[in-house]
Amino acid sequence: MGDLVIRNLTRSFVRDDGELLTAIEKIDLTIRQKEFICVLGPSGCGKTTFLRMIAGLDQATSGEIMLDGEQIQGPNPKIGIVFQEYSLFPWRNVIDNVAFGLEMQGIGREERYRIAHQYLDLVGLSQFSQSYPSELSGGMKQRVAVARALALEPVVLLMDEPFGALDAQTRNLLQKELLEIWQKTKKTIIFVTHSVDEAVFLGDRLVVLTSRPGRICEVIPIDLIRPRDRTSIEFAQLRRQVLDLIAQPKCSLQ
Amino acid sequence: MKLGGRKISDKWLGVLAILLALLFWQAIASLVVRNTFILPSPVDVVTAFLTLVRGGTLLRDIGVSLLHFGIGLGSALLIGIPIGIAMGWFRGVDAFLDPVIEIIRPIPPLAWIPFAIVWFGLTNASAGFVIFIGAVFPILINTYSGFRGIPRIFVEAGKMLGCTRNGTLIRYIAFPSALPQIAAGIRIASGVGWMCLVAAELFGVSKFGLGQKLWFFYNLHQMDSVVVYMLLLGMIGLFFDWLFRYYIDRHFLKWRSGEVA
Repeated sequence: MGDLVIRNLTRSFVRDDGELLTAIEKIDLTIRQKEFICVLGPSGCGKTTFLRMIAGLDQATSGEIMLDGEQIQGPNPKIGIVFQEYSLFPWRNVIDNVAFGLEMQGIGREERYRIAHQYLDLVGLSQFSQSYPSELSGGMKQRVAVARALALEPVVLLMDEPFGALDAQTRNLLQKELLEIWQKTKKTIIFVTHSVDEAVFLGDRLVVLTSRPGRICEVIPIDLIRPRDRTSIEFAQLRRQVLDLIAQPKCSLQ
Repeated sequence: MKLGGRKISDKWLGVLAILLALLFWQAIASLVVRNTFILPSPVDVVTAFLTLVRGGTLLRDIGVSLLHFGIGLGSALLIGIPIGIAMGWFRGVDAFLDPVIEIIRPIPPLAWIPFAIVWFGLTNASAGFVIFIGAVFPILINTYSGFRGIPRIFVEAGKMLGCTRNGTLIRYIAFPSALPQIAAGIRIASGVGWMCLVAAELFGVSKFGLGQKLWFFYNLHQMDSVVVYMLLLGMIGLFFDWLFRYYIDRHFLKWRSGEVA
């Protein structure tokens, strides 16, 4: 469970002035279950569009995305997402946010609170179950968002620069926590970021996109042993390799 | 401590201003005007109030006015909120209804009085209708713009969590998200509706009512009683506004803190 096959995926938009804009062009990618994929690219390269199509929030112009052999048509409970912006519902307290998806599935109050507490525990925020999102820090909000996405037990977890708005310290902490959660729950994770450091620290493989239109420039396996040490020589070498690649004409602006 | 002390003295400053205004009013009335028809003094008003409490129909008047107000505001809620939701959520409904509403909306509620009488006769419903016209548009407009302003991220998060149909999206995402603005619309509507009350009761729909009695005592040239009813109208209106504000603050503050209300 959690195998994603992406074939010849293209997404273009017609702009207001009638010009055709291609955001994503001919992406072919096979993601194995339980793999941690980082999608790396400059701003405006179509990373978010790519992720939204996997989520079913956006339709491909051509090509297809298959999850465990089934084509993705629209939002699907097997796929969870954590957005870059804070997306917790401000009118619901933390536990009711986490239990929201279960409530929509018609699961009874007691059972959904039990499951929600379990995931809140996983992100280490049990004692904040009655708080409202406005009372939480940015890092805590994203932890709750992770718990909310996981509570539906998806096989694939999509993350769209989820730590982008956080300070460096919180960001590093959340990256570590995310790896622990990934190791415990064994989801397929697709993590979009523009930070090379973050991508090298987290991913099994790194998909580097070009910008406008977004094509796959290169897929780099990161075979550093986990837990990874950001300050090690190997880590630095991989970072340099990726940074050099991004700077090359074939991966940068066309 | 200084801050607390200052707050208390601010409060006393307000009380002092009211006392001075009363004194000024009394002085003008009893020393300059000296005519209770043109300007009854505070003492006259208090005397009239006490007479009305003993022999009058104050409670019934309040009750009947609240009935008119309740009919008007209640039907404005029942009609304004669903239409506002439909227009805010479905673009087609918006495009279809918007021109009609924009033509009807600027007509002052009091201009509807002839048709209120023709359609509903001299009944409580007739007064309620005029109040309804005043109250329905603030509720409708605020519901509409509340729905228009729902952040897209909430709708998409909802969809990803299994909330995919229009009905469930409206109920679980859009409505709670727009609720603070809808509540603000209801508060405005209650203010406008209350202002329509005096005119709505002017044309004899009932034997009681704060607005009805205001005109009744005017016709008897008992201006001191008119002032009693004026003040009652003001105070009850203030009470409603205070009630709504208290409810809104209490209910929404915990999740809207940090936002500009």
